[in-house]
Amino acid sequence: MAGIIEVQNLTKVFETKEGEVEALQDINLSIQAGDIYGIIGMSGAGKSTLVRCLNFLERPTEGTVEIEGRDLGAMTEMELRWQRSQIAMIFQHFNLLMQKNVIDNICFPLVIAGMKKKEARAKAEELLHIVGMEEKARAYPSQLSGGQKQRVAIARALAGSPKILLCDEATSALDPQTTQSILSLLKEINTKYGITIVIITHEMAVVREICSHVAIISKGHLVEQGRVFDIFSHPQTKEAKKLIIGGNEEANLNLESRQREQMKGKSCIRIVFSSNSSFEPVIANMVLKFGQPVNILKADTKNVEGIARGEMILQLPEDEQMQESMKEYLKERGLAVEEAEGYVD
Amino acid sequence: MWTKEIMMILLEGVGNTLYMTLVSTFFGYLLGLPMGITLAVTDKNGIRPNRIIYKILDVTANIVRSIPFLILLILIMPLTLLIVGKTYGPSATIVSLTFAAAPFIARMVESSINEVDKGVIEAAQSMGAGTFTIIWRVMLVEARTSILVGATIAIGTILGYSAMAGVIGGGGLGDIAIRYGYYRYQTDIMFATVILLVVLVQVFQTIGMKLSGRLDKRKR
Repeated sequence: MAGIIEVQNLTKVFETKEGEVEALQDINLSIQAGDIYGIIGMSGAGKSTLVRCLNFLERPTEGTVEIEGRDLGAMTEMELRWQRSQIAMIFQHFNLLMQKNVIDNICFPLVIAGMKKKEARAKAEELLHIVGMEEKARAYPSQLSGGQKQRVAIARALAGSPKILLCDEATSALDPQTTQSILSLLKEINTKYGITIVIITHEMAVVREICSHVAIISKGHLVEQGRVFDIFSHPQTKEAKKLIIGGNEEANLNLESRQREQMKGKSCIRIVFSSNSSFEPVIANMVLKFGQPVNILKADTKNVEGIARGEMILQLPEDEQMQESMKEYLKERGLAVEEAEGYVD
Repeated sequence: MWTKEIMMILLEGVGNTLYMTLVSTFFGYLLGLPMGITLAVTDKNGIRPNRIIYKILDVTANIVRSIPFLILLILIMPLTLLIVGKTYGPSATIVSLTFAAAPFIARMVESSINEVDKGVIEAAQSMGAGTFTIIWRVMLVEARTSILVGATIAIGTILGYSAMAGVIGGGGLGDIAIRYGYYRYQTDIMFATVILLVVLVQVFQTIGMKLSGRLDKRKR
């Protein structure tokens, strides 16, 4: 099924003084209407360029971008501007007009579209209510906190009744609690108004929290894409594994390096529990059945697509045959099992 | 010494200086504002890069700004004659003041607009705003404080230039200072004109800064 956003063979080359730089290479993406699609990668991976190609703020060097079946590259300037008004965007640094108050900021896209000032104001008041900022209508952006500014930016983005909302690192300048509240607002917008959301981020936590699908970008290449749960349980590439285990658990950094020491040269596996498999004491039963101890190197629960998932890294006994039967045993019980070697550099 | 006659001359001088300064500033912005906006917009990092237009305006601004004002005053006399019908007096001075001020104003407007946060401009582009809308509703709005500060500086400079035009009979306080203070050795009249010039610059500076401060919504 053709998605609301179809990207085919997209390549973007920047001309710099040092020569040509390939920011993106041969990207293919299909985003379905109603998805919350995460695009994750380290800084400099090209994800910000990619999101700007989706509304042609950056023109791709090669390849096509289709929105609802219409090729952006074939549009005239006027058509393209109309199309952009249907694709809203929010930013890391909010990008509000500093000299205009909250209500005028929200009216801005409506005024551009030629709406009468009175109607625009009425609509803006409604939007303020949705983002919970009614009391700040007359305030200027400099009087607001980061989270409040992003709420205003979201209200402004919704003003044009868009079908798609692009978020460029929208929570990266916010503290964890504010990030939470902005993410749940985005989720609410997605379910209530059916707006397709594309989220650019470098934080796995953001993707786990609200995204249904994810694409991993590394050095200009799309290395992996799929449902968040599938990638969380069976990451295929090194980049994906790194992002998942690295997560945002900075506090675990020391722990992780110790783990790496322990895991070197030994047989370790990573298993993921879904909520229904946590009723049975799987690990304990396995140890009883095989009569061999396993070493638990890491155990954690993470919120994936709104459901709690357990994650565990086990070190298995030396005996290879035993290892195989243990893996079999875990798989039979519906757990996602895989070699953990990729997690060690 | 301080006869009624002298007072009337000084008063008329203040009037002429104000007339020249304000009218030249007005025409200076009429030319300089679009020129500055065009410079900022056609810059290679602007929203509509255009090397040819940028280069033409860039070179024009540099040429005019590198000619000393007194020379420019004499250089464009034929043009002044064509527009005003004479080459002396306040109205004639306005022509040269305008041409001298326009590129200076354009440069200040250009730098004010270049200071506008690129992210806000990008946000407007992402909403489908065209070039004209971005200039009118984003650049000029966000840069207005900075543009007003620039205008305050421009008025001060134009006021100074207008006094220089006194050398060739340009009218205003500078003219009085040269005729009475320099040619007739009436030092006290010269001092009086200098004090009046200082007071005028102070007044414009204070009004300009108050106004731009009040209009700036960034800090409060």
